[in-house]
Amino acid sequence: MHGYAYTVYILLIPFIIFIFLGLFGNRFKPMFSGIVGSAGLLVSFILSLTTAYRYFFASAPGEDGYTAIIAMNAVWLRLTETLHIDMGILLDPISVMMLIVITTVSLMVHIYSIGYMKGERGYERFFSFLSLFTFSMLGLVVAANIFQMYIFWELVGVSSYLLIGFYYQRPSAVAASKKAFIVTRFADLGFLIGILVLSFTTGTFDFQTLTDPAGPAVTHAGGATFLGLSVITWSLILVFMGGAGKSAMFPLHIWLPDAMEGPTPVSALIHAATMVVAGVYLVARMFPVYALAGIPALNVVAYVGGFTSLFAAVIACTQLDIKRVLAYSTMSQIGYMMLALGVARYGGHEGLGFMASMFHLFTHAMFKALLFLCAGAVIHAVHTNYMNEMGGLRKYLPITHITFLVACLTIAGIPTFAGFFSKDEILAAAWHHNKFLFFVEYIVAGLTAFYMFRLYFSIFQGKQAHYHHVPQEAPYVMTIPLMLLALVSVFSGFIPFHSLVTSDGLHLDTRIEWGVAIPSVLIAVAGIGVAAVMYRKESALPERMASTFRHLYTWSYHKFYIDEVYLFITKKVIFRYISTPVAWFDRHVVDGTINGIAWVIVSASQKVKGLQSGQLQQYALVFVSGAVLLILVFICLLY
Amino acid sequence: MHQGIPLHYFLIVSTLMFFIGIFGFLTRRNLITILMSIELILNSVNINFVVFNRYLFPHKLQGHFFSMIVIAIAAAEAAVAIAIIINIYRNFRSIEVGKVDEMKH
Repeated sequence: MHGYAYTVYILLIPFIIFIFLGLFGNRFKPMFSGIVGSAGLLVSFILSLTTAYRYFFASAPGEDGYTAIIAMNAVWLRLTETLHIDMGILLDPISVMMLIVITTVSLMVHIYSIGYMKGERGYERFFSFLSLFTFSMLGLVVAANIFQMYIFWELVGVSSYLLIGFYYQRPSAVAASKKAFIVTRFADLGFLIGILVLSFTTGTFDFQTLTDPAGPAVTHAGGATFLGLSVITWSLILVFMGGAGKSAMFPLHIWLPDAMEGPTPVSALIHAATMVVAGVYLVARMFPVYALAGIPALNVVAYVGGFTSLFAAVIACTQLDIKRVLAYSTMSQIGYMMLALGVARYGGHEGLGFMASMFHLFTHAMFKALLFLCAGAVIHAVHTNYMNEMGGLRKYLPITHITFLVACLTIAGIPTFAGFFSKDEILAAAWHHNKFLFFVEYIVAGLTAFYMFRLYFSIFQGKQAHYHHVPQEAPYVMTIPLMLLALVSVFSGFIPFHSLVTSDGLHLDTRIEWGVAIPSVLIAVAGIGVAAVMYRKESALPERMASTFRHLYTWSYHKFYIDEVYLFITKKVIFRYISTPVAWFDRHVVDGTINGIAWVIVSASQKVKGLQSGQLQQYALVFVSGAVLLILVFICLLY
Repeated sequence: MHQGIPLHYFLIVSTLMFFIGIFGFLTRRNLITILMSIELILNSVNINFVVFNRYLFPHKLQGHFFSMIVIAIAAAEAAVAIAIIINIYRNFRSIEVGKVDEMKH
C-alpha cells in the first residue's frame, strides 16, 4: 500500500531486540547487548529518515496538502460492524515527525548508554527495556486508532516504570517507580473513560474518521449535554486528563521529579524527550475534534498548560538537584506546548499554535535530551547530583561544557538557536488569541533563562568545589551523542515546519514577528544577566534574595507542598475515612461470612469424622442395630 | 420323630447361638474370640438348615448339603483367618483388634 509497508519494521526491530536481549542477553558479554541495541536502533533510525524524506520531500504535496496514509491495517478485535479495534500504522505529518524525534533521541541515548552504564549490574536488562520502550513509543505515535494508542500508551507506562525502578535495590527508586505508575495509571482511567464515551457517541475508534471535519465526532457535537457542556467536550476533557498525567501537567505532575531516580539516559529519553510529550501528541492527534467540537476542552488545555509552565518554572529556580531542575524545566516547556495547542484553532493561520507546538516539541526533544545527557556526563564525572557541590567544571569537562552551554542558549530562546524559532511561534500564537496567557509566557521565558543559567553557572563557572578526585571528561561514546545533539539543537530551527506540520496539512505562511520576538529575547537576556550576577562569582546575593522573598523561596523550595497535599489527601482523608472502613467491612463482613461457612463445615466434619473409625466391630454394631431396627419396623407394619 | 423334640426347641437353641455369636463378635477384643463367635453364628445357621430340612421337607436333602458346604467354607475361613491372625501377631505383638490401626487417618 503506497510502498510504505516497510514502516512496520521500524517498530518490529526494537521489539525483536527486546525479546532477544531479554531472553538471551545474559549469555553474551555485556558490551554485546549495547551494540546490538544501538545497531538495531540505527536501522530503525535510517528507515524513519527514509520515510520522512519520502513523505515530505520526494513528492510535492497535493491540493489538500500532506494527507494521512494508512501504511498497514489489520482488524484485531471486531466488536460491531463499525466499531472494531485495529492494529495499524498511520503516517501523517505529526506521526512522521515523531518517528524522527523518537528514533533520533533513542539512538543517541543508546550510544550514550554504552558508555554511561558501563560496569552496571543488569546492563543487558537496561538495553532490553530501552528497546521495549522505543517499540512502545513508536507504536503509540503511529497508532491508527485511539484504542491501539491506548494499548501502547500503557506499554509506555510499563516501560517507564521498569526503567525508573532500574536500581531496584534502592528503596527511593522503587518508591518513585510506583509513584509514577500509580499517578499516570490514575490519569489513564480518565483517558479510558474518555475513549469509551467518545467511541460510544461516534461509533468509531479510528483516528481518520474521528478527526475528519465532516465526521461523526464533529457533527455529533451538538448532541446531548451534561452540566452545560456537550458529551464530546466532556470526553475530550477526560482524554486530556490521560494526556495531562503522562505529560506531567499540574496537578498530576508529582511523579516526574521523582522519576529522576532512574538512570540519567532514561531520564533523557523517557522523561524529557519522548514519553512526556505523549500527552501533547495525543491532543495534537485529536486536534480537529478539539478545535471543531470542543473549544471549552481546548481552553482547559491552554490554561492547564499555561499554569503548569509558570508553576514549574518557579520551582525550578530553587531546586538544588540538577536533574530535578531539568525535570521542572521539562514540565514548564511541555506546558508551553500544551498552551500553544490550547490557543490554536483549526485551519489556516488560526492553526499557528498547532504548528508552533509541534515545532517546539521537536526542538525541545533535542535540546532537553542534550541537557539531560550533559547532566549525566557531569554526574558521571563528579558523582553527585547537587549543584552546590559542583562548580568550576569547565576546565575539566570542555566538551560537556560547550554542549551544555549550547543547550542552555537554545532553551533560553537566543536567536539563531532552535528554541528561539519555536518559542517565538508559540508566543506569536498566544499573542493573537489570549493576551493574558501571552504575558504569563513572557514571565516564564525570563524564568527559564534564569534557572537554566543558574544551573550553568553553578556547574561550570563559579568557585571550584572540592572533589575527591580530578573530574574527567566522559569517553567519546558519550560525548559524540552530545555533539550530534548540540548540532541538531543549533540547526533544527531552520527546518521549515510551517510548510510541513500544520493543523490542516496545508502550507502556512509565517514570519518571525519581531514585535513579539524582540521583547522575549530581551527578557531572556535579562534572565541570563540576573543569573550571571548571582551565580557567576561567589556572592552573598542568592542568600540575601532568599531571605528577602523568604516565603516564596520556602514554598518554591518545597515545591509548593503539592506532595504534602497529596499525602494529606491520601493518608488522612482517603485512607482514614474510605479505605479503613472498607477494609474493616472486607475483613469482618466479607471475609467473616466466608470464614463462618468454612468454620461450620470444618466443625461438622469433625463430628462426622468419628463415624469413620476403621473399627470393623463398630461398623458391624451399626449394621446389626440397623438390621434389628428394620426387622422391628417390618414386624410393626405387618401386625 | 414327630413325637420327639418339637421344631421350636431347635429354633430357640439356634437363635440363642446366633445372638450369642453376634454379641461376641461385637464385644470381644481378641481376634481369636471374634473368630469363635463367627463359628457360632455359622453353626446356628447350620442347625436351622438341617432342622428345617428335616421337619418341613423330610424327603429332600438340600438343607443337609447346604450345611455341609457351610462347614467346609467355615473350615477354609478359619484356616485363612488364623493365618492372618498369626501374621498380625507377628507384626503387632498383639491380637487386640483396637491395636491394629496402622491405616487409620
